Order: sequence, then C-alpha cells, then structure tokens
Amino acid sequence: MADRAWVATRKGLIELRRRAGAWAVERASFVGDPVSMLLPPDASGRMFAALNLGHFGVKLHASDDAGASWREVAAPAFGPQPEGAPGPAWKVSMVWALERQGDAVYAGTLPGALFRSTDAAQTWQLDEVLWNRPERPTWSGGGYDTPGIHSISPLADGTVLVGVSCAGAWITRDAGASWAQTAHGMRAEYMPPEQAFDPDVQDPHAIARCAAQPDVLWCQHHNGIFRSTNGGARWEELHAPLSSFGFAVAAHPADPRTAWFVPAVKDQCRVPVARALAVNRTRDGGASFETLRAGLPQLDCYDLVYRHGLAVDEEGVGLMMGSTTGGVWASDDAGDHWTALPARLPPVYAVRFG
Amino acid sequence: MPHVAFTSQLQRFTETPEIDTSAATLREALAAAFEANPRLRHYVLDEQGHLRQHVVIFIGGRRVVDRIGLSDALAAQDRVYVLQALTGG
Repeated sequence: MADRAWVATRKGLIELRRRAGAWAVERASFVGDPVSMLLPPDASGRMFAALNLGHFGVKLHASDDAGASWREVAAPAFGPQPEGAPGPAWKVSMVWALERQGDAVYAGTLPGALFRSTDAAQTWQLDEVLWNRPERPTWSGGGYDTPGIHSISPLADGTVLVGVSCAGAWITRDAGASWAQTAHGMRAEYMPPEQAFDPDVQDPHAIARCAAQPDVLWCQHHNGIFRSTNGGARWEELHAPLSSFGFAVAAHPADPRTAWFVPAVKDQCRVPVARALAVNRTRDGGASFETLRAGLPQLDCYDLVYRHGLAVDEEGVGLMMGSTTGGVWASDDAGDHWTALPARLPPVYAVRFG
Repeated sequence: MPHVAFTSQLQRFTETPEIDTSAATLREALAAAFEANPRLRHYVLDEQGHLRQHVVIFIGGRRVVDRIGLSDALAAQDRVYVLQALTGG
C-alpha cells in the first residue's frame, strides 16, 4: 500500500506520509502559493509542481530529491500569437494536468493546449496538430473563461487521450501526427436537444484509464458518468445512486470493472447530496454501485472533491481524496472505511500517490 | 535618468535589480532590468510580451497606459515602480 501522497492546494504543496497505519503531514512546500498540479516522483526522485501565482503567472518547479529541494524550470508557454488568430489569447493561464510516459512529460493547460517535454522541462513543445485543429477556436470554457485540458492519458505505443472542458475527448494513436474526436456516446444536458450527443460540446470533468486494461476508460462528466471499453471509441452512460454529477473519478489499476466517484448534488449546487459526503463505487463495470460513507462527515458537510481530488494507489486498495474546503480522507480498504487527516488544509486541487 | 524598482513581493521568487537607465520608453527600461536578471521577464510579462494582467506599473506617479506595447515614454526624473495589482488578490 502506498505510504506517500501529495496534496496540491491553494496555499502550497503538502507531502503526506503513512506511518503505523496513520497519514500525517510530512512537509509543506511553496507555502502561500497556489499549486495547480503536481507530478509525483519517478524512480529517480524527480518530480514537478505547477504554480499559478496570482500576479506573476504560471511557473513550474522541479525536484530531483522527491520534494526536499526545488528549482524553477521552464513552464509551458506559447509562441508569438499570429495577428487575428481566432480563439483565446495564446497565454498559458494554468497548468491543469501533468503526466509522464517514459522520458516524456505532458502538460495540459488553460487555454486548451497540450505541451510535451523530453528534457525534464528545460523546453516544451506545443502539440501544434491539436492546437491547429479547425474546431479548436470553437471549444468553450467549463468552469473557466477558456477551454482547458485537464486529463491526459498517454500509453507507451504513442496513444494519447486528453479530456477537454469543453470539447469532449481527443485521441492520437500516432504520437501526435493526427488527432481525432473520441467522445462519441457522451450526452450533454446543458445543450439544445439536437446537440446533446455532439462530441465536440461534451464536458468531461475527468477521464481515468485502467492501467492493466487500457481500453477501459471511465469519465465523470458534467451531467453523467460514462465508460468506454474500446479505448474511447464509444462511451456508454452509467447511472449511479445519489447523483451522477461530480468531478472526480478513480479507475482501479488492475480491475477494469472497478472505479470510484464522489457525487455532488448538481452543477447549480456543488455540495454533497444531503450535505453528507459519500463515495460511489462500482465493481461490476457500472451495472451497480455501492455508496460508501463510513468515516466520512454526514452532517453539515459542504466539501466538494474536485476533478483531480481523488486518487487510488497502484494496488487499488489505498484511496485518498481532498476537498475544496480542505478536508482530506484516506481509505486502506478500497473505500469501505475512511479516516480524516488530522489537519485542516487549504482548498485541495489535486491528490496523488507516489 | 529614470529609475526602475520592483515590488519586494517578487524577491520571494527571483532577484529584482534596481536600475538607473537612459531608456526612453517603458519597454526599453524593462529590457534593461531583464538583462540584469533574465528570469524576471516572465514574472512581469506574459509570453506575448504584454504586461501581466495583475501586474501594474507606475511611471512618475501615473499608471501605465500601454500594457501591450509598453510604449509609455519616460522622462529623466521618472521613477518607475513595478507592483502587484490588487486585482490579483
């Protein structure tokens, strides 16, 4: 079971350690600064943290010793914006996603762009094929003024799938030489009826892949939960108890039938149903769900778990989630029981094991 | 000779040289400061070379006008202050 986790918050990066079965704060870095996303250490101890300084812009820091010391490296940035270029300004306003595949590090940003670095963030390359897609200027924002890439799922064979709020999901199977829309089957309640199944308008809040069976993908969408068993070629809608609205999803790394979601009332009321925090878990591919509550606050609870706020460890047993009001809960039994971290943290943007 | 100073808040992140410069425009004055510390550029300007949304600059007591081209003229006695705007929280 994982014994280290990281919490990216509105006011710093918090490292947690699990000792004698209990999680506790080990270290805080970048105290006072918003940390929008992190990439946990690799085998060598190299990790990254993306800062979103309110006044001074997006910054990226790297550590070669698993967070003991940090140095600033290049942040993803656009080249000069051509005169009259349609769509949002070519200015990175947030790093929303960080992932790695082999030696490559990927960054998803607001506005909706994918960047890749193969030199440990000394330089970044914009995926120009995706950026130059003719549909891209029509993408809309979801929760932010500009569209953004919040989910990146790269595979070793050159496949990369990204989730875009709001432009569905996009996939390349040739390492970025070409990209195609891959949100077919998702349904948007917030659109005129005739456009409900238009893949280009879908708002996937988060997309997670089963590591052992990578054709299985789970999506917590703006108004529903969807699952694909064919690598995103087609999505089927699932129906969870309490609510199908939420932001977070965690996919079991080995069992393609198991995933976890954290429901909230609806988009106009982003609080737990009946103000009682719960986790929905399916173990049969979404045919049925269990609602898990043991150890979670069940009274006067306003905690919302944001899209990167729920994590599962490599064994599929350890879970951790953090909320927009700074609550953190961990489970050692796949969600059956939860224990609150004995700390009040700032609003949580992301939780990751590693 | 115009004098350029940066908010002390920036010193948390990078060095902020105070310089006297013969620059005739804000753009030239900032370029001189960035020459002293190249990392400073991306804290003050975005990747398009525009003044960051939540950074404000005062020139001789006047708020900067041209936030994109940075063409505001400098007079010999001007003191240029690069500050964080309250709009940024």
